[in-house]
Amino acid sequence: MRMPPILAYALRRLLQAVPTILIVMVGTFLLMQLAPGDMVDALVGDMGGADAAFIARMRQEYGLDQPVWVQLMRYMGKLATFDFGWSYVYEQPVSTLLLDRLPVTLALMAASLTLAFVGGVALGAWAGRHAYSAADNLISTLGLVFYAMPNFFLALLMILLFSIHLGWLPVGGLRDIAAFHTGWRLWLDMAIHMIMPVAALSLIYLAFYMRLMRSSVIEVSELDFVRTARAKGAPEGRIMRHHIMRNAMLPVVTLLGLQFATVLGGSVVIETMFALPGIAQLAYNSVIRRDLNTLMGIVFLSSLLVIAVNFITDLIYARLDSRIELR
Amino acid sequence: MSDGAPVLEFRDLTVALPPGSDRPLALDGLTLQVRAGEIVCLVGESGSGKSLAALAAMRLLAPGVQVAGGTIRLDGRDLAPLSEAEMRGLRGDDMAMIFQEPMTALNPQKRVGWQIDEVLRLHTDLDRRARRARIREILEEVRIPDPAGAAQAYPHQLSGGQRQRVMIAMALVLRPRLIIADEPTTALDVTTQKQVLALIRDIQRGEGAGILFITHDFGVVAEIADRVAVLRRGELVEQGPAAEVLNRPQHPYTRALIAAVPALIPPPPAAIPPDAPVVLKAEGLDKTFSARGTLFGPRRKPVQAVRDLSFELRRGETLGVVGESGSGKTTVARIVTRLIQPDSGRVLIGGEDFAHAKPAEVRALRRHIQMVFQDPMASLNPRKRVIDLIAQGPMIHGMKKAEAHARARSLLELVELSPAAGERYPHEFSGGQRQRIGIARALALEPRVIVADEPVSALDVSVQAQVLRLLADLRARLQLSLLFVTHDLRVAAQLCDRVMVMSKGEVVETGPTAEVFSDPQHPYTQSLIASIPGRDWTPPRVALETEGAP
Repeated sequence: MRMPPILAYALRRLLQAVPTILIVMVGTFLLMQLAPGDMVDALVGDMGGADAAFIARMRQEYGLDQPVWVQLMRYMGKLATFDFGWSYVYEQPVSTLLLDRLPVTLALMAASLTLAFVGGVALGAWAGRHAYSAADNLISTLGLVFYAMPNFFLALLMILLFSIHLGWLPVGGLRDIAAFHTGWRLWLDMAIHMIMPVAALSLIYLAFYMRLMRSSVIEVSELDFVRTARAKGAPEGRIMRHHIMRNAMLPVVTLLGLQFATVLGGSVVIETMFALPGIAQLAYNSVIRRDLNTLMGIVFLSSLLVIAVNFITDLIYARLDSRIELR
Repeated sequence: MSDGAPVLEFRDLTVALPPGSDRPLALDGLTLQVRAGEIVCLVGESGSGKSLAALAAMRLLAPGVQVAGGTIRLDGRDLAPLSEAEMRGLRGDDMAMIFQEPMTALNPQKRVGWQIDEVLRLHTDLDRRARRARIREILEEVRIPDPAGAAQAYPHQLSGGQRQRVMIAMALVLRPRLIIADEPTTALDVTTQKQVLALIRDIQRGEGAGILFITHDFGVVAEIADRVAVLRRGELVEQGPAAEVLNRPQHPYTRALIAAVPALIPPPPAAIPPDAPVVLKAEGLDKTFSARGTLFGPRRKPVQAVRDLSFELRRGETLGVVGESGSGKTTVARIVTRLIQPDSGRVLIGGEDFAHAKPAEVRALRRHIQMVFQDPMASLNPRKRVIDLIAQGPMIHGMKKAEAHARARSLLELVELSPAAGERYPHEFSGGQRQRIGIARALALEPRVIVADEPVSALDVSVQAQVLRLLADLRARLQLSLLFVTHDLRVAAQLCDRVMVMSKGEVVETGPTAEVFSDPQHPYTQSLIASIPGRDWTPPRVALETEGAP
């Protein structure tokens, strides 16, 4: 009996993911070894210094006195059973730490990408259809401004304007700690805390998708099949909806998948700026603190995420473009 | 046939081009009628304005191009005062259009049935079932195999001929009074073209619609037209019954155009001495294309593009490689020029195996075999001056710059361009001139063999005739051997001493051109020759006047 093609395809992609993740993990491990200092140095630094014998004992306890390849084999061996190890900095299992932090990052990324995609496609389609009009010029210019602005700078400007000057939105964090909200009030509070991070992270992508969609719509509008639709007597609105949009969205969807990884990178900046307790911020801290287990866990999780998202994008793309066959 | 009332009438139609175009008026005072039940062929070369006439009738001109005067009437009704909504009501219903390239004229993301259904949804109140039945019916009428399956297919899943049948079905589904067909068979192979032309003929007889048929091909005109109108740079130079215009053209321009149509009777072949050396020899070439599978992925079905192919080309000889798309003729051209490697077999240039030569030898051998490509615009680097493009080859092979430039200038003269043309860039030339540059570039290394892949397919007939004449002339003067790849049997008849007919990667027949054309042996060659449009019409050898000739 044959497997349904979609399952066979998914299985093949999963198998392809294994070597990818292996390479990423080993690479990260070795890169961390290249950087001077280790976790013990960081801990001792926090303690304000310690004698050489104590440091040596700590290294022995954590297995840091072993050759690099032994450490690597030990780590990979545990990883094979999905044991991510213990975070000595946060004093809890890495898996708990990750599961705790992941929802915040996922929410931030999902909200940002959705906003960027929907807003970008809608604005871009409108601008493309009314190309070179005054409104299009305004949208395109604004798009260029946001596209050119680094997200940390945008985040700073937003904090200055909306939190400090106007006082409308909280400066950072995920919830108002002093308020002890529960139930729907807590959710609302968290949503309010997410407004600025989402905006700061998504605007650059929104601007980018808008510009891409605009030029794509202009290009598709000049294709022969659009002329065919006019020759059939189809009105312009219908032509836009049925003939232009779907064809014009293809390059945007491709980029959406490709850019997921950079959005993840952007979350590091945004989570740090807005003090959001997500995995991106955790990654930043574990690099500083040399918390190797935590960092490796994060790298594992994020490579898995990137691969999964690319897989989903390919599925969407195959669905959107009838010419693509999954193989 | 032409006793009906006019369905479409242009009177003094003038279409203005946007400022900065090569001429102010695309159409200047066109007066033309298409009656019910007749096919009027509007003939002209590229830029004559023939397509704009069609788009003007549909009110689909591009922004900036506008009707500046005259009237367009559909069934006696002036279209000018109609609103955009009223025009939409007519388009697809009373007047329908068939476009040249069905691959791009159909939406790649919608099923064929959906695209036909769109016409019905826009113009009728039929319910779903009635619409589906009608789609089925019209697909049967245009003789698509498996109409129900075809309706569910996406355009890319159909062949070129089937796609054009879908376009025709879409145009005919509401039985319009007027059908405008803009080069509907230009993108198709000859055998498919023959079937599609017959289909248009049949349907038109059955329905009594008027057809405005736009084409550049006099063979097609001879095949299908009741009346012919000839356009030249926006002006109507001649119109009349097909038999009159084709056999007794009056206007000098029409005469020149018809004189440029290659006759199917080959000229006497060049006398190649039997002891002329073989300059290019292919032995047992095989090439199979298979999409590379990924680490875990399966392989796609491999395509055998060339199978056990051998030929010899003697000095001064022209060998035509003819066949339809997908026959493998371009693969042959690319193997002998070492653009791709054969899976097995040898390519011998002067006795040395070019296909398996070492890198150092390849460079030395490469100068003996040069290529002229189909699209001269795409194959000339737009950022280089013509003189640098031509001199590049000799300079790579070690010639001094001054000497290479001097040779480039003399080559420009050889291909009948002014040496001053060398200072300009490719985009400043017309298509025919660019192909001359392509030929000069190929000649720069003084090759023994020129491989020309469809070198005149992108050119208008009159320009095509000039380039063919140039090639024939150069061949005689320089003792060149030509491997001439073409889908156009008329062109092959004019230039080739021998032809090799290919089908599905194999040579089905080979022999002297005159013999193959007058007495084809293989069934495929027979069908190919029987499909040449206008094969029963022999272009009259009219005396050319210099005045008005292009």
